[in-house]
Amino acid sequence: MSEQFSTQNALVHLDNVGVYRDGKWLVRGVTFDVHPQEIVTLIGPNGSGKSTSVKAALGVLSPTEGQVVRQSDLQVGYVPQKFALDWTLPMPVKRLMNLTQKHSHAEIERALELVGIAHLKSSNVQSLSGGETQRALLARALLMQPDLLVLDEPVQGVDFAGEIALYDLIKTIRDETGCGILLISHDLHVVMAQTDTVICMNGHVCCRGTPKLVAESDEYRRLFGARAAQSLAVYEHDHDHTHLPDGRVLHADGSIHEHCDHSHDAPREKEPH
Amino acid sequence: MAIFDDFFMRALVAGIGFALVTGPLGCFIVWRRMAYFGDTMAHSALLGVALSFVFNLNLMVGVIAVALMVSVALLVLEKRQSLSADALLGILSHSTLALGLVIVSIMSSVRIDLMGLLFGDILAVTTADIQMVYGLGAIVLAVLIFFWRPLVAATVNVELAQAENMKPQRSRFVLMILLALLIAIAMKIVGILLITALLIIPAATARRFALTPEIMAVLASVLGVVAVIGGLYGSLHYDTPSGPSIVVAALVIFLISLVPKNLFGAKNQPVEARHD
Repeated sequence: MSEQFSTQNALVHLDNVGVYRDGKWLVRGVTFDVHPQEIVTLIGPNGSGKSTSVKAALGVLSPTEGQVVRQSDLQVGYVPQKFALDWTLPMPVKRLMNLTQKHSHAEIERALELVGIAHLKSSNVQSLSGGETQRALLARALLMQPDLLVLDEPVQGVDFAGEIALYDLIKTIRDETGCGILLISHDLHVVMAQTDTVICMNGHVCCRGTPKLVAESDEYRRLFGARAAQSLAVYEHDHDHTHLPDGRVLHADGSIHEHCDHSHDAPREKEPH
Repeated sequence: MAIFDDFFMRALVAGIGFALVTGPLGCFIVWRRMAYFGDTMAHSALLGVALSFVFNLNLMVGVIAVALMVSVALLVLEKRQSLSADALLGILSHSTLALGLVIVSIMSSVRIDLMGLLFGDILAVTTADIQMVYGLGAIVLAVLIFFWRPLVAATVNVELAQAENMKPQRSRFVLMILLALLIAIAMKIVGILLITALLIIPAATARRFALTPEIMAVLASVLGVVAVIGGLYGSLHYDTPSGPSIVVAALVIFLISLVPKNLFGAKNQPVEARHD
């Protein structure tokens, strides 16, 4: 946790959260906070519990163990990962903007312009491309004037240039509105440079730290060069163990322990236990 | 009022009131892919009627109670995930219908107009029935309008609705109750076997011409009213059963709507809204 963010004013606080469904732990021992103005990025392989943790943070899933504390009257703007709209439901983009709350025409116009799809406001949501859908969903979330903006893989279906533009936009939103941002990255290796805290998950929180430390490291330059240094940063490490359904840990050497040892991770801070 | 002296006018007025309510509710059935669910709740109405006679309850209370029990049973069984939802619906749908028929046949003391329950007897509606249709119908519509935004939000994306405090579980529960109420209203008008048809067909017809969910809901009501009027006059003219005639009229409107627009001389445009 960065020293600029204290636990007291956290928008949402997860304390040792575990979610058990259908005979296995989807995620266990997750502890993190999101503060105003903080960008937190979750990375990790498929099925590592990123979405599950976010859903627990939002109250979409109720945790089996541990505690989730949300600030009272927390206004959330949510961009879901999967958004498949049934064809039978006619839904122009401008109507989607009013999905959970009504906004004025001027506000909607401005939000759509901000994400660059003002020309699509009368189009049916079902006819949008993946990237356009993501932008529309982001505009909708922004209109909520959220304290906490939650984005589950916001750049899926967006090309590389669009990806950088979207990340820039997310940074601008944070700077202008001061909201906290919780982001799931679709790419294990690439995260926003503006991320304050990267949390790597693998069925639990593996490690956490700032991406800048990594971006400056030799390892990062070797992997990505100067190409993406402006907008992108990398936080790379290896998973040397897997988590068994009962919560124990299977290490690469075949040994099984109650806990995992993360001393190999370079830039990280102490877990607040 | 004088017009209510005529059985045909009473049928028209009751049918129109009923169609106004099925339009918006039917849209949710179509959007949420709940057609089979609606069918199951409707079929359970016969068991509700039978049990009302057994326990000497008000007919409406029995029907609504059994319909709600069936939907709760479905929720519980779905959670156990031993069978797929459609198999569970099939079991509940036909077993409640069969149970209802068996219980009705056992009770030799009461005479029940089975055909009337299954296929409706709109020409027999009384002034009291009309009051019931409009009273309960107004309640259903008022609740729908009150919960409109959360209902649409939960239909679009459950997780998004949950995250932004729209309480999608409550929306689902509200829809179930409204559906149970509507089925109770529908028994006399189209009967429990045809109620789903009047929920789905006008909504499906409206989809093609609607640009927003709200327009689709209103349009479905209008098309339902047209179907009721057309069906009732058709049944009068051809001496056909009234409930099925209304459904056939709705079907005819649906089929007409399938004719490509450019056959009417309109410009050669795709039906879907285009984007630049």
